[in-house]
Amino acid sequence: MGSKTSLYDRHVEAGARIVDFGGWDLPLHYGSQKEEHHAVRSKAGVFDISHMTIVDLKGGHVRDFLRHLLANDVGKLQDSGKALYTCMLNEDGGVIDDLIIYFMDESWFRLVVNAATRDRVLAWIRQHADAYDVTVSERAELAMIAVQGPKARELAAPSVDVEWRQPALDLRPFHSMEANDMFISRTGYTGEDGWEMVMSAAQAPAVWNRLLAAGVAPCGLAARDTLRLEAAMNLYGSDMDETISPLEAGLDWTIAWDPDDRDFVGRGPLEKMRASSARRFVGLLLEDKGVLRKHQRVVVDGVGDGEITSGGFSPTIGRSIALARLPAGDYDRAQVDVRGKLLSVRIVKTPFVRNGQVRIEV
Amino acid sequence: MSELPGDLLYTSDHEWLRREDDGNVTIGVTDHAQAALGDLVYIELPEVGQDVEIGGDMAVVESVKAASDVYAPIDGTVVAINEGLADDPERANADPYGDGWIVTVQPSSDIDESAMLTPDAYQDLLDEEEA
Repeated sequence: MGSKTSLYDRHVEAGARIVDFGGWDLPLHYGSQKEEHHAVRSKAGVFDISHMTIVDLKGGHVRDFLRHLLANDVGKLQDSGKALYTCMLNEDGGVIDDLIIYFMDESWFRLVVNAATRDRVLAWIRQHADAYDVTVSERAELAMIAVQGPKARELAAPSVDVEWRQPALDLRPFHSMEANDMFISRTGYTGEDGWEMVMSAAQAPAVWNRLLAAGVAPCGLAARDTLRLEAAMNLYGSDMDETISPLEAGLDWTIAWDPDDRDFVGRGPLEKMRASSARRFVGLLLEDKGVLRKHQRVVVDGVGDGEITSGGFSPTIGRSIALARLPAGDYDRAQVDVRGKLLSVRIVKTPFVRNGQVRIEV
Repeated sequence: MSELPGDLLYTSDHEWLRREDDGNVTIGVTDHAQAALGDLVYIELPEVGQDVEIGGDMAVVESVKAASDVYAPIDGTVVAINEGLADDPERANADPYGDGWIVTVQPSSDIDESAMLTPDAYQDLLDEEEA
């Protein structure tokens, strides 16, 4: 019996199969994860993501604090509501979590972090915030809903107070705004357009009902995973953890090396790692029938072994895909040990799918 | 919760057996099994003519979630495989007792029905698991 979001009863009513996810009772699917996946790619789907941790950082030195704490540079955030995807590193350059940070005003930044890392992340932030006189408030009373797909924003707009509707629709990607009691951001974890909407726990059921009545499909954790894998979006705990640096998890693009005098936590060890040959983090397409799975051994002829970090079946492509950490080298094929048999995989440039379109050669 | 067909026998591995008029036995996985696996994406079928032995590997059903071995519940030879299922694995989700059949086996010896579960006994097993 885990924690329940304010939408728990709605999920049960909609026929959800409930499972434990990091201590929360959440919907795995509502009957068919494949149908939910296709709904998001073709029209719109809605996910209850209230288990995620929302943290508000306030004070006179929040910006300086975050420029020290995070590997990406919040110096890039000058427009109110603009967001940034970043890793938060430990002193060895390992990833404590990946998160999105929103600049609201000079005295207020908002972070959304994973549910599974909540305790570790909050303790880490609090420990470092002291020196900058930043107050750290976890907003556990807020619910969060993600509406994703080509029709998502259009179908979610009626749930926004009328005077804020057009400004919400005008939000650019990776920008956010407040709309009375709602907070809306044009971000997501599916590779489709859409919003992530924050509101009070009490408001969430009515918004959920309205979305379902408008034809938005309720979607669970299983579809969330197949969607994010197709979009090649990392999953903390699978694709990286504290023993892995962003350089070996395909996240080098999230590190802001310039200005070179910005001293962020983990910078020293990261600079050293940058100088040597990191392992490759790549996308794999299985050329045979079968399903690639996390932890399967990848064999690169003449080079060495690697490991699948996230694997699964791509409903959009109809074949199995994976993300993997492999030895350094210039090669484009490998084999994977799938239940004792060596199956052929091709290394592909990710994402596999974006905005409803297959982006790789199949 | 769909009803258990009364004319089938069951195993504790969540498989079902149907005795055909010609003495052969058709085998599939139960509704409970398909629901636990989720949407099926691949089926690995044996070859026609292949011998199977009780408790041994016979087929594999694979969903996004997991791969699950289907064991032979009897000794015999495979005489038919459901090619339609290989092309459309979701048949086993939609119609596990009908269109979702997996193989037909010609038994090599008399079947020990006492080693199988009647519909009532299988239902009891399900009720215990869900408790």
